[in-house]
Amino acid sequence: MFLGLNFTFLGKYWFYYVDGAKVTLELAFWTLIFATILGVFMGMIRVQNYKIVSSVIDGWINFIRGVPVMVQIFIIYYGIATQLPQFWAAVLSLTINSSVYIAEHTRAGMQAVNKGQMEAARCIGMSNFQGYWYIIIPQAIKNILPSLVNEFILLIKNTSIVSVIALHELTYTSNSVRANTFLAFEPLIVTAVIYFVMTYILKKLVGVLERKLHEHD
Amino acid sequence: MTDEKDVVIQVKGLKKHFGNLEVLKGVDIDIHKGEVVVVIGPSGSGKSTFLRCLNLLETPTDGDILYHGQSILDKSMKIDKYREKIGMVFQLFNLFENLSVLKNVTIGPLKVLKADPAATEQKARELLKRVGLESKVDAYPSQLSGGQKQRVAIARTLAMDPEVILFDEATSALDPEMVGEVLQIMRQLAKDGMTMVVVTHEMGFAREVGDRVVFMDGGYIVEEGNPRDVIKNPQHQRTKDFLSKML
Repeated sequence: MFLGLNFTFLGKYWFYYVDGAKVTLELAFWTLIFATILGVFMGMIRVQNYKIVSSVIDGWINFIRGVPVMVQIFIIYYGIATQLPQFWAAVLSLTINSSVYIAEHTRAGMQAVNKGQMEAARCIGMSNFQGYWYIIIPQAIKNILPSLVNEFILLIKNTSIVSVIALHELTYTSNSVRANTFLAFEPLIVTAVIYFVMTYILKKLVGVLERKLHEHD
Repeated sequence: MTDEKDVVIQVKGLKKHFGNLEVLKGVDIDIHKGEVVVVIGPSGSGKSTFLRCLNLLETPTDGDILYHGQSILDKSMKIDKYREKIGMVFQLFNLFENLSVLKNVTIGPLKVLKADPAATEQKARELLKRVGLESKVDAYPSQLSGGQKQRVAIARTLAMDPEVILFDEATSALDPEMVGEVLQIMRQLAKDGMTMVVVTHEMGFAREVGDRVVFMDGGYIVEEGNPRDVIKNPQHQRTKDFLSKML
């Protein structure tokens, strides 16, 4: 007993949390990879002057940002990707959602790089691609990284929403514990602590990376 | 000097509009090998736009620019190849912020010319020594003063072995005590026979180093000639008005 709370259920149900946390991390991991690729790609196209493509992406971004994640998950799971296994339907939904935010961060980060940098690159004979690759993108990454980390932390927390399609991730399994133990409160505290530890470690790791990137500023 | 075959860049009837704003209204000029052409004029006269058209940072609306007789506006012209030969030094330096001083100088030869890495680095070190920055090779742009940045920018341009260097108000953003160190390097380049087009407000430099001075106003070349003549004894009223404000 701790502050009148009973955590003895952990002796019997701890593996529910381990299994749930594993699924949560797997979800976050795959979503992170796909959403970053897709989001950076959309963001890079957005900063080019392809009018039609840019406005299509713009419309898409605005649409996704205006619809709740839970509704997106229902639409994809019950409507569009009915053939996909639960796990990958969840990854798809979260990827679509996260990538539009990453696209916006990417666009902002690229546009924040001084225009003169590209001009100087072109003036020594670099192609547009070389200018982006050697000069603009390395600087944009520094600009984007802080908001990208926030996005990843948000992503880990957002994975809890896919419990609505009965995917056995952390939030879902902790509800199972509550049902089995008839404890309303304590299993949720354990869940909260696990989410917190995961996001906190991520935040610290990226803090180290960021300091390394900014060594020369 | 005025021999036809010595002409590196020939500008014919160059016009540039930005929307409804007509910045260049028809500029004609020949740049000869080894010549230092100094472009002066009030702000908004089109000097910088003219310079930026020479390496196509701005696309001309009308007219033509010939490089050794070949139009750079022609579709078959490889612009990146042309730009390797035409260096540019900017008012705000535009050093690559993510690269060290040494890498700022070597990245062009390495990535664009695919030059040998060891030879490139040695040459870059020599160039940095020439501009007095051999002790700063490992520094980053954010750690340098304005004058130092501009000297690195000149070394970066020289590393490409350009045929012509364009200077776009290279000293205008510098603190007064740093103007001298940059002008000194430009003076030395002129002495070594580099072909230069220099947009500047430094009348002393124009008089001393320029082979020819060009006065621009309202999108036209109003007057051009020997620097001593133009600056000491301008023929046009607009040139007189401008110079009386400058000196």
